[in-house]
Amino acid sequence: MSAGGIKPARPFPAAARDTLGNAQMRRNLRHATTTIREKRQRAVDELPNWEALRDEAAALKDHVMAHLSEYLLELEASVQARGGQVHWARTAQEARSIVAALAQRHGAQEVIKVKSISTDEIELNAGLAAHGIHAIETDLAELIVQLAEDQPSHILVPAIHRNRAEIRELFQRKLGAELLTDDPKALADAARTYLREKFLSTTVAVSGANFAVAETGTVCVVESEGNGRMCLTMPDVLISVMGIEKVLPTWQDLAVFLRVLPRSSTAERMNPYTSFWSGVTPGDGPQEFHLVLLDNGRTDVLADDVGRQTLRCIRCSACLNVCPVYERTGGHAYGSVYPGPIGAILTPQLLQLEDENANTLPWASSLCGACYDACPVKINIPEVLLYLRGQISDAQPPSVQAAAFKVAAWVMSEPHRFEGAIKLARTGQGPLVKHGAIHALPGLLAGWTASRDLPAFPRQTFREWWRQRPAAQEHGPDRPEDTSETAGNAWEPL
Amino acid sequence: MKIDLFITCLNDAMFPRTGEATARLLERLGHEVRFNERQTCCGQMHFNSGYQHDALRLVRHFVDTFRDADVVVAPSGSCVGMVRDLYPRAAEWAHDDALLAEVQALTPRVFELSEFLVHHQGLEDVGAYYPHRVTYHQTCHAMRVLRVGDAPLRLLQRVRGLNLVALPAVDQCCGFGGTFSVKNPETSTAMLADKVQHVMSTNAEACTAGDNSCLMHIGGGLSRLQSGTRTVHLAEILASTEHEVFA
Repeated sequence: MSAGGIKPARPFPAAARDTLGNAQMRRNLRHATTTIREKRQRAVDELPNWEALRDEAAALKDHVMAHLSEYLLELEASVQARGGQVHWARTAQEARSIVAALAQRHGAQEVIKVKSISTDEIELNAGLAAHGIHAIETDLAELIVQLAEDQPSHILVPAIHRNRAEIRELFQRKLGAELLTDDPKALADAARTYLREKFLSTTVAVSGANFAVAETGTVCVVESEGNGRMCLTMPDVLISVMGIEKVLPTWQDLAVFLRVLPRSSTAERMNPYTSFWSGVTPGDGPQEFHLVLLDNGRTDVLADDVGRQTLRCIRCSACLNVCPVYERTGGHAYGSVYPGPIGAILTPQLLQLEDENANTLPWASSLCGACYDACPVKINIPEVLLYLRGQISDAQPPSVQAAAFKVAAWVMSEPHRFEGAIKLARTGQGPLVKHGAIHALPGLLAGWTASRDLPAFPRQTFREWWRQRPAAQEHGPDRPEDTSETAGNAWEPL
Repeated sequence: MKIDLFITCLNDAMFPRTGEATARLLERLGHEVRFNERQTCCGQMHFNSGYQHDALRLVRHFVDTFRDADVVVAPSGSCVGMVRDLYPRAAEWAHDDALLAEVQALTPRVFELSEFLVHHQGLEDVGAYYPHRVTYHQTCHAMRVLRVGDAPLRLLQRVRGLNLVALPAVDQCCGFGGTFSVKNPETSTAMLADKVQHVMSTNAEACTAGDNSCLMHIGGGLSRLQSGTRTVHLAEILASTEHEVFA
């Protein structure tokens, strides 16, 4: 099952080592992310006011964060006024218990689910299974992941790491489908046959929520397949689990996000299915509606001035699709239902920076900044990564590495010390240098030379050259002096 | 114009020819070039590695060193990105308002070489001559933090004799990322592998960029593969003339 959760089982470098070695996954991911990257760019370029929309979306989210408790209370009142019930869950455990108790009250042995990352976050499927309730994923990709007893590796495209041949084999084995080809239509038909029966026979459904409007108590799910709409309309009981940051004040505000979300996530002008429900309507749709408001670490993120912007996230996954690290390692390396750049900042924060493995995630980035450029709500992910690195390092006990950086800062804060250190390194490198380059380094730096050469320190530093140049302040096009003595970088001149 | 050079610690120690080239180029263009020997390092390595208290020491040192400069020019998008984008963060996070004010006063006068030439000086032809087939790698900090845009390309297009060939997937990170390459060496290598493959596909004699840190990484991969393609800093190409083949 697609259990999920947000606690990585291993540190990122160790988990990445395994996924990097999976050539099939690497090819699948490269193909998928390259395609969606180009499509997204085209979809975004169509809008002349894209930057203004991003600013507006970011400002709206910041406004909500500044008044979160007020809007949540308004949402609660609106939902109740329309016949829905609201439950507050401080932790993943509380949320699981609430959903399980509701399902049990209706004697459900099976529930159908709309794709929902917040229920993956709280490991709801496993929580329900502990009560003998089987959760059936109805999103095609989530279903693939569930049948394969795998983990999602992308926020929006959970089975992005799988190709059609793998899916055909899986459906044959798990659904007993007779599939002559791995044609997408044949695969979708096999899933439809299985899911239709579930839609018609199951009375309790669980969904997530993309947004909720405080003024009317309306909850919203945005999807591509229509399976979500089946879950939202056909069962008798609907239970929606929603992170508290998803609330918006008004319908007007929703309009901004329904413009930025599809273009950022699926590169579409508008997604095929957008469903709204407000409480219950007698004789139409589910007759019982429960909204579970999930904290699970969010108020701690909210309390942090720099980290707070993380809660603007609308789970569009644009940052994943442009991230060079994600493209190589895939989502599993992040060990959380939130992979990629947003996962690298969200996961450790939701765990209050107390999970050792999650705390390796802020370093799982080359800080190239592509995520920040792509983010429709302008989360400055590189800034938060750096901030978290500082917070985590500060809380760690003294280490060899920390001491080395302290010494380096001391050395570099005085030019004569810095110069002395270079001279020392220049002398010390002797045995390591072969043909002007270093091919193997010891200790902490061994990782560098596993795949790369390093140039040797040249004979002269810049400042040594500067001091000895004959007429430092003269300038003219044809200075006669010979520069050959100052050559000496490993990468020889052409 | 009086220009203070900021020759970053990596350039000073490992790539002095880039510093020389920057000095000679700016002098050739008629500027008075100075090098304040008190300068050391911008502190990026510390800041990015999570040692922000230690970095603060270097931020203060930088501000002390260049406080009175008219204009500071550095042949590194990455280090200028640190100064312009992250010095204010460093001061804010340390709750040091006095430092923040000093940083805000100084940073608008700190430029990366290509943005200084093209955006600040309105110059594209610097009179360079470099008769080689060259491909250009867009470094992340120059592109996304400093927004230098096509400034380096416009400079390269005006270099006589130079055959500029486009690098596939030019906006992709090379995978260096400072200590990222040491902390996550396998992931960094996977990114480098693609970059090296793209560079080699251009059949260029040299790959250039405005940052020796990225070039050290790409060059390290090219060197390990005995590829026959080397890396050269943009400043060295721009400093080269018919009379003086610099790079």
